Amino acid sequence: MTPALNAQGIGARLGRTQVLQGLDLQIEAGRWTSIVGPNGAGKSTLLKVLAGLLAHSGVVHLQGQPMAAWPARQRAQQLAWLGQSEGAGDDLTVWDVALLGRLPHQAWLSKPSAQDYAEVERALRQTQAWDWRERTLGELSGGERQRVLLARALSVKAAVLLMDEPLVNLDPPHQADWLQIVRKLVAEGTTVVSVLHEITMALHADTVVVMAGGRICHQGPSASPACHRALEQVFDKRIAIHAVSGQWVSLACTP
Amino acid sequence: MNQWLRQRPLALAAGLVLLSFFLMALGACVGSTGLQSVREVWSDAVSQQIVWDIRLPRSAGAWACGALLGLAGAVAQGLFRNPLADPYLLGSAAGASLGVCVALALLGASPVAAPWLLQLGTTGAAFVGATAAVLLTLTLARGVQQTLRLLLAGVVVGVVLGAASSLVLLAQPQLMQAMQGFMLGTTALVDWSACVLMLGGWSFCMVVAWTLSPVLDGLSLGENTALSLGLPVAPIRIALVLVLALATGTAVAHTGLIAFVGLAAPHLVRALVRAGHARLVLLSSLMGGALLMGADLLARSLLAPQELPVGVLTAVLGGGYLLWLMHRQNPVVVGAKP
Repeated sequence: MTPALNAQGIGARLGRTQVLQGLDLQIEAGRWTSIVGPNGAGKSTLLKVLAGLLAHSGVVHLQGQPMAAWPARQRAQQLAWLGQSEGAGDDLTVWDVALLGRLPHQAWLSKPSAQDYAEVERALRQTQAWDWRERTLGELSGGERQRVLLARALSVKAAVLLMDEPLVNLDPPHQADWLQIVRKLVAEGTTVVSVLHEITMALHADTVVVMAGGRICHQGPSASPACHRALEQVFDKRIAIHAVSGQWVSLACTP
Repeated sequence: MNQWLRQRPLALAAGLVLLSFFLMALGACVGSTGLQSVREVWSDAVSQQIVWDIRLPRSAGAWACGALLGLAGAVAQGLFRNPLADPYLLGSAAGASLGVCVALALLGASPVAAPWLLQLGTTGAAFVGATAAVLLTLTLARGVQQTLRLLLAGVVVGVVLGAASSLVLLAQPQLMQAMQGFMLGTTALVDWSACVLMLGGWSFCMVVAWTLSPVLDGLSLGENTALSLGLPVAPIRIALVLVLALATGTAVAHTGLIAFVGLAAPHLVRALVRAGHARLVLLSSLMGGALLMGADLLARSLLAPQELPVGVLTAVLGGGYLLWLMHRQNPVVVGAKP
């Protein structure tokens, strides 16, 4: 089966700093992959490279085709990206923000179709943001805002969804809701790649990619002991992975 | 009323158009001869000349200039994702002014009431000056991400280009008196040909800005989000910088430096309605037109029979508005990285 994303020999710089070097990665289609690692490991940079948003060396294939060969709109239909909040957008309504996710499916300046409206409503209801659809982003709390941005990414209805720190500002119940949304997406055949700091949440994924120093230290099933050892290693044994009530949980080790 | 308007940008547009017509009618009545000229407009050639050749083109010119500045402000704030971006603060107005100054020094003519071709030439020079100034500001600010750096760069560029204009005037003292009114911003000598040029420029800029507005919407969530949505950000950003420069240059070439209309118009619109950039650009234009026409009427009538340069009035009112806005804004937005 063709991998959803295939990155070979990836190198990337941020300013003068070499963040990624000689990195190879395959993301299986229809699975949830979590990328974890300590601060500065290059997780977000890798995600931007996978999304085609950052200049890099090496080559990335999306669904078997080189990223550069995809026309921008077609690529946007296939690959959705939810970044760490970088823009304000305070004056846009929740509805307008979610509707932006349908831009790749619309002809330039054409009116949104009934299907566009249906997808936006579905995404807003899925993230429980429907009730605020007439409010502006500026009128929302950080967590509420994050749910709207997630709805924007979901409304693209792409085959591959990349999310960078999607749980920022979300309280535990809404983190659980996010988990449910991801599981449903994967069950429907969507490929999900998430960069997460919450190791316990990351361990719910099918596959975990462990990064440190701009390299991949381990890639494998989240339940495997090798994965847990790699995680403990990159965090200098300051975390330990335990099984609690049938779930893998990361606990901080106090000296 | 406010809630009603929030959901109805069309109502605001209609209201602003009606207000503009009302102000235009009022503009035809205001002047040293007062209503007498209007009453005798069909019977007396001088009255007809006063109303048709002086008052009406002046009001129409004020509207067109305000509309251009409102459009430029909305584009600048969307493009740079910065609520304080404005043609004046980005240095483009000073660049346009320098362009006009150099053009007139070379051609040896008055900046206003010039013949058609000369007006077109000064508009071109203003456009080149405004484009160069915006590019210089962006270069000094190393991009658009740092609000404080962008504003400081705009101030520096504005001051330096203003000084350059002064140097040109020192070298060509015969332009000094004519340029003084221009530097203060005035609609006093706008004629129909200037109105046609400004309205032509406005129509072109509006069509382009409206067509490219989806990118402004996408950019409001960040450049990476816009790119991930398949929007051609880089070429459209260049096109929008040119629209910003053309709108500013066209306005400045005919009325001189008029500050803060471009800043205030989009903010007033956003305070009244919730709209994406397609509507925001149009409504800001209508708001800018109405604002400057109103300010021009005030400038003509406050110290009648003497007149205030309208640029002075907008600077005083707009400066106060800017201070209020900065105090009201979240410090994170105004003072640091957005």
